[in-house]
Amino acid sequence: MQYETVIGLEVHVQLSTESKLFSGSATTFGAEPNTQANIFDLALPGTLPVLNEKAVAMAVKFGLAIGAEIGKRSVFDRKNYFYPDLPKGYQVSQLDFPTVGKGSLTISLEDGSEKIIGVTRAHMEEDAGKSLHEDYQGMTGIDLNRAGTPLLEIVSEPDLRSAKEAVAYLKKLHSIIRYLDISDAIMAQGSMRCDANVSIRPVGQKEFGTRTEIKNINSFKFVEKAINYEVQRQKDVLEDGGRIVQETRLYDADKDETRSMRSKEVANDYRYFPEPDLLPIVIDDAYIEAIRATLPELPDRRAARFVSDYGLSEYDAGVLVATREMADYFETTATLSGDAKLAANWVSQDLQALLNKHSWELSDSPIQAERLATLIQRIKDNTISGKIAKTVFEAMLDDSSDVDAIIEAKGLKQVTDSGALESLVDQVIVDNPDQVQQYRDGKVQVIGFLVGQCMQLSKGKANPAQVNEILRSKLS
Amino acid sequence: MIEKTVAELSAALAAGETTSVALTQAYLDQIAAHNEALNAYITVCAESAIAQARAADEARATGSTAPLLGIPIAHKDLFCTAGVKTTSGSKILHNFISPYDATVVERLQAAGAVMLGKTNMDEFAMGSSNESSYYGVARNPWNLDRVPGGSSGGSAAAVAADLCAMATGTDTGGSIRQPAAFCGITGLKPSYGRVSRWGMIAYASSLDQAGPLCKTAEDAAILLNVMAGVDDKDSTSIALPAEDFTATLNNSLKGLRIGLPKQHFTSGLDPAIESAVRVAVAELEKLGAEVKEIDLPNSDLAISAYYVIAPAEASANLSRFDGVRYGYRCENPVDLEDMYKRSRSEGFGEEVKRRIMIGTYALSAGFYDAYYRKAQKIRRLVKEDYARAFKDVDVIIGPTTPSPAFALNSMKDSVTMYLEDIYTIALNLAGLPGMSVPAGFVDGLPIGMQLVAKDYAEATLLNVAHQFQQVTNWHKKKPVLTASEKTTEA
Repeated sequence: MQYETVIGLEVHVQLSTESKLFSGSATTFGAEPNTQANIFDLALPGTLPVLNEKAVAMAVKFGLAIGAEIGKRSVFDRKNYFYPDLPKGYQVSQLDFPTVGKGSLTISLEDGSEKIIGVTRAHMEEDAGKSLHEDYQGMTGIDLNRAGTPLLEIVSEPDLRSAKEAVAYLKKLHSIIRYLDISDAIMAQGSMRCDANVSIRPVGQKEFGTRTEIKNINSFKFVEKAINYEVQRQKDVLEDGGRIVQETRLYDADKDETRSMRSKEVANDYRYFPEPDLLPIVIDDAYIEAIRATLPELPDRRAARFVSDYGLSEYDAGVLVATREMADYFETTATLSGDAKLAANWVSQDLQALLNKHSWELSDSPIQAERLATLIQRIKDNTISGKIAKTVFEAMLDDSSDVDAIIEAKGLKQVTDSGALESLVDQVIVDNPDQVQQYRDGKVQVIGFLVGQCMQLSKGKANPAQVNEILRSKLS
Repeated sequence: MIEKTVAELSAALAAGETTSVALTQAYLDQIAAHNEALNAYITVCAESAIAQARAADEARATGSTAPLLGIPIAHKDLFCTAGVKTTSGSKILHNFISPYDATVVERLQAAGAVMLGKTNMDEFAMGSSNESSYYGVARNPWNLDRVPGGSSGGSAAAVAADLCAMATGTDTGGSIRQPAAFCGITGLKPSYGRVSRWGMIAYASSLDQAGPLCKTAEDAAILLNVMAGVDDKDSTSIALPAEDFTATLNNSLKGLRIGLPKQHFTSGLDPAIESAVRVAVAELEKLGAEVKEIDLPNSDLAISAYYVIAPAEASANLSRFDGVRYGYRCENPVDLEDMYKRSRSEGFGEEVKRRIMIGTYALSAGFYDAYYRKAQKIRRLVKEDYARAFKDVDVIIGPTTPSPAFALNSMKDSVTMYLEDIYTIALNLAGLPGMSVPAGFVDGLPIGMQLVAKDYAEATLLNVAHQFQQVTNWHKKKPVLTASEKTTEA
């Protein structure tokens, strides 16, 4: 039987406010346990929540970025359940009236086509603390630093049809969030977390199959692996005549498998009701327009501009806009060097390879956009060849002095003096009589070999165009 | 001296007729003599009270004129008080020492008040008799076999028996007005949002409101001046123009429109109370007020709606008492579930557990619409009843309670007890301000008259109550206490 996969993602993003959603405690990642938990975070009796308006602004910003309806009156609710890292015994979330309503975003598929993925809603809620099971023999440690950190839970429609689409959606979401600068969105640190609802159905069937919810997926790579594993598992179950149980499954990255966590059929009844300690958030058009005015140019629009303004291919533009930092880097390099195509090549290839090799973020790179632009200018003004530029690029990693000083110090400046080049060419003609003869017999492509010899003799410093010209004139 | 009102004590202190230290000591002596019988206080802070009194006297010597400077106060034991045990009447907080002050406590302290201690109350403010306190019942100073009312029973008993000059309380369904009525004192429940709830241990967040219990309406006005005001720590507190509630106390009542809800003068009401209230209303007519009957058609639904909404909110509010971070934890739990179950089963009393269960049930999947949502609809209807009534009248008057203070252990079941709040509860649903003022005696026990005004019209309430107290003496009557008095077995 042929099956179709149906996936919906629930993505939790930690909003990068300085303080928590309902208290003044700091939200810095990695502090000593319980040093960022005040009396409200500890749920001492009598304490009350006060909404952090910056979190609302961030949620609205996200909503506008995906063209979503903004809730004019959103309401917080209490979601009740007992857990030691949930100090109040309820999580404050939004059930019926989320701040962000229906929206959508566009992903690019492998065949180059585009697909619109619906976003059902995005609601604000507070994060829980952490239970620490290691290091406490037979006991559990509780760290409430994270408790109350603002989260935006972004729920997609079940519009995704493969693990690859799910990853593309998640990466797009990540990119938009980074552009908006509303979250670090680092999956490994948990500032972006993804749960996947996965089901399969026979091709052509309208109704959805029974879904499972996969939790604990903490990298883009694992999203793909976990979904693929789960799809195969569900196929195996159905083909063995079994039925899928609606349940929560945990992804184990070490074993690359999902396993049952608890059955959703007997799941908690969360007994949601409106949070009486907080007033509804009322948002007017003026507020929405003020937030809209702060929206940066988003990746799709920026890519389109890169194609039209800089003549980049859609592919190159797509690669360069993946992160706001990369796109900014490219634009600075392109503007300062005056050659967008060269800039695009250097940024998407050499610089990207460098970052990959060292697992660096762009901000870690010792070669800033301004330096790369100078390097590109030196290629354009024939100070160095493209090949020598790669050597200079390497040298720039360890040497923070300016590009011209490095070229000078290493003696890498291109030889353009025609007298020097002519003696170089003469030497090559003398050394390679056979090839010279072949050229003269009409095998003109041999010129490439002879230019290569010249370059080698000059240790790459000869201007290849000039060498070519001198060779041709001497051999004609 | 201890029987004087706040206004009188203020004048005496300002005139140098006494000192705060002497006054505080006098109240501590009264507490020492009578608290054993009344059980009005859970905690008495003798040492710190004297220290605060000394500081107040020193501040006065250097020119301070803070409005409550040097006057001894008692706080209901659900206001968090830094460094002092705060129990909310429960075993589950038997060892809880708050690291912070409630806004109400902070404001009263800043106004110079001296804290004598923390008063007894129904556990988590759930009750109308003070019988659900883990720390034993408080007793009615007028008759030790009678309840003082609840949940602010300890505060009411303490004010009535001069175990303090004034006290704080909270009112979720009548918990200031009903004990004030039972103990023959003046109690004010302000409009919802008038006084900050920060630091007040929550029972039902959308209904809870703090207010003063005192000897006169004038004192209530003085206290409200200090307690009221928006607080950025409580999002539901409301920014209103600053008001001096004492400034309008002496306004004339000529032309005041009084409404008597017909639903509050029906068969469930003790006829002696009815006639006392009608006599009281006649006094107000003599002062120029006009009286008419009004209709509050949804009155009979208020109790049912309240007993869905309040327990629903309480079921969540009390989840934090889980034995994990503070408060009572059971001995030797075998696992997490055992710790939760036993800590809460052993830490909460019967009435609290009952309300947690009712609330949990009302919010459960499949029951939410039938109970919680319906209760919210009734709440809107009740609110509309009052809004309609206030188009024609300025104040609504009726009895505070259907009967005078009942005997200890006389309520056979919870529902009978719940019906005690029949006249008070609707105000909390509607968020309106209400007062109880002494209006007579039935069988030697004080009874109260309830005054209700529209949102944020506390000044009207205080004006009417003060004018009433200018022409009546009910508020001046004092229970007779004997230090050695034996109590009958409760």
